[in-house]
Amino acid sequence: MNSEKENISTIIEVKGVHKSFKQVHAVQGIDLKIREGEFVALLGPNGAGKTTLVEMIEGIQQPDKGEIWILGRQWDGHADELHRLIGLSLQETRFIDKLRVWETLRLFSSFYSLDQHRSNQIIEMIGLQDKKKAYVVNLSGGQRQRLALGIALLNQPKILLLDEPTTGLDPNARRDIWSILLKLKEQSHTSLILTTHYMEEAEQLCDYIVIMDHGKILREGPKHSLLNDQDNEKLVEFSLEETITQPNKIFDDAPFAIDWDEKQQLGKAKISMVEKSLPSFLNYLSTKNLIVKNMEWRRQTLDDLFTALTGRHLDE
Amino acid sequence: MSRPIKFEQLGQLIIAYSKELIREPGVLFWGIVFPILMSLGLGIAFTKKQDIERHVAIVNTSDSENKKILNFLSNNGEIISGDNGEDTYKIILQDENMGNTTLYFEPMSWENAMAQLKKGTLGIIVEEKEGYKIYHFDPSNTDAQLTYMKISAVFNSRVLQSARNDVVKPLTLRGTRYIDFLIPGLIAMNVMTSCLWGLGYGVIDKRSKKLMRRMVATPMKKSHFLFSLITVRFTMNLLESGLLFLFAWLVFGVIIQGSIFALIIVFLAGNLAFSGLAVFIASRTANTEIGNGLINAIVIPMMVLSGIFFSYYNFPEWSIPYIQKLPLTLLTDGIRGIFIEGGGMSAILIPSILMVTFGTIFFLFGLRIFKWY
Repeated sequence: MNSEKENISTIIEVKGVHKSFKQVHAVQGIDLKIREGEFVALLGPNGAGKTTLVEMIEGIQQPDKGEIWILGRQWDGHADELHRLIGLSLQETRFIDKLRVWETLRLFSSFYSLDQHRSNQIIEMIGLQDKKKAYVVNLSGGQRQRLALGIALLNQPKILLLDEPTTGLDPNARRDIWSILLKLKEQSHTSLILTTHYMEEAEQLCDYIVIMDHGKILREGPKHSLLNDQDNEKLVEFSLEETITQPNKIFDDAPFAIDWDEKQQLGKAKISMVEKSLPSFLNYLSTKNLIVKNMEWRRQTLDDLFTALTGRHLDE
Repeated sequence: MSRPIKFEQLGQLIIAYSKELIREPGVLFWGIVFPILMSLGLGIAFTKKQDIERHVAIVNTSDSENKKILNFLSNNGEIISGDNGEDTYKIILQDENMGNTTLYFEPMSWENAMAQLKKGTLGIIVEEKEGYKIYHFDPSNTDAQLTYMKISAVFNSRVLQSARNDVVKPLTLRGTRYIDFLIPGLIAMNVMTSCLWGLGYGVIDKRSKKLMRRMVATPMKKSHFLFSLITVRFTMNLLESGLLFLFAWLVFGVIIQGSIFALIIVFLAGNLAFSGLAVFIASRTANTEIGNGLINAIVIPMMVLSGIFFSYYNFPEWSIPYIQKLPLTLLTDGIRGIFIEGGGMSAILIPSILMVTFGTIFFLFGLRIFKWY
């Protein structure tokens, strides 16, 4: 069969994929490999193309160009098989209002020829034992999302696709979802693709981060290498007593690249080994007769990285 | 190789949709209680012999030259005090068979009479001018026309009772009453609304909630999704129609005079026709408001045209052949033929074939363009 190929560690391979809707070029030539057991975050603002990419992996959108291989198979001719290997949770799914939690799980179990035992396991896993007999319509937003996640996990999927699973949830409900996923990470070899615009979510759950914007991958890599943690690089944010109007002229000979926001009158500099390098930075400022009003340093976040790449924040 | 029918899947889908349906009190009310209430209301309104009351305005009575009508009324009628302070005259036309007609003659101003005519509280204004009576009423209003005939007879002292030589025998035989005409129509209408709202709107709703998309992302067979919805709807329709018939039989003594087998065939054909139409309507729409409008656009014209409540022969003659081809007319005529004319297979064969063809074409076409997500 020419549509089957062997690749042991790569679970999903996306090769040169394009997708357009009318005037919008939603996905513009994406290449991506996802390995077994890897938790991958597709991070980007609304309209970045994350959902379209996931929908193509999920098989409900066809790429205009390029190929998608899942466990050595393509969707064409393998739909039934792939449906058994993938679990997914959409941005928002409303299940049948007047069906109880256990009945909803029983219904979806029947699609995978699973028995009642598996439904009970899932109810325990998602912590809805007390709500087992509740109608879906009476569940809170967080409980519904946990049910959706439980349904996605019914078939013990090799690949789990979660499209913004915690959007609109309060912090506690979000953490409940995270703890289920972190437990899954420990206990199974499931690969996860998670789309989100919460950097905290991506940082908490995933080891591999793909930053997307305007249908393209801007940067990808293991979380620590993306954030340069191995160099112990910190982000120093500072403000000055003086108003700076021509930052390029003033900071052109700085020992570290300084990114100055004229509107906020706030400077950012990435500094390695900050404890050792900070005195030289302060010295530099005093030679320029600039007085520091406020200064703090912190670990670089994905939002900082995204801002550096696009000039915008993730939640814009 | 996957099996063509996965009984576990199909069974669970049927159970889930049935529970969804029976747990919604609104479904039970609109599907079962409402048609029964409608048949009760209309059945009583049109079956019971009722005394009739009609109000007539008498205007221009202040003119001393024109007192003929008032003199006649005071001699022949009973004087009761009216709402406006003026005397009202009551004349009762006795009729044992058809019910009494009570006429109330109320003297009033022209403006007041016109205002009441517009409100519908009276249908005729009688004016006396130079010794002549002038009757004002809408000639296309059959009720006003009938009242005119009755009061002109009263004024001309021709009839104060029904003609002595004529015998009026009210039709109370089963099959000839309005309720016998109505019940088959209500059953047919229920099949249509139930399929289009229950099935069509149900699919649109599941699509708009993204539930359908979530379900087809599993190994669920798509055919099972639709088949289970249709099965639950058929069963529900059978139950609703059965209960409506049972009620009509117990309360009004409505019976099925023709073949039960033929009734089952025409009922199934009607269900198929409207299920096909429902799948077609629901094939692409993801917005429940658009779905609402689409269903109304189909349901309302057919409800008006297909002779559910009154015979479609009241419509212009040129339109009758078209009306008779509408699926709701085919179903209504089919069921009515079996209920009241004692029809059998030969009477419903062609309408049933037409309905099955209609349903199949719409179903297949709907399936072809069906949007699962």
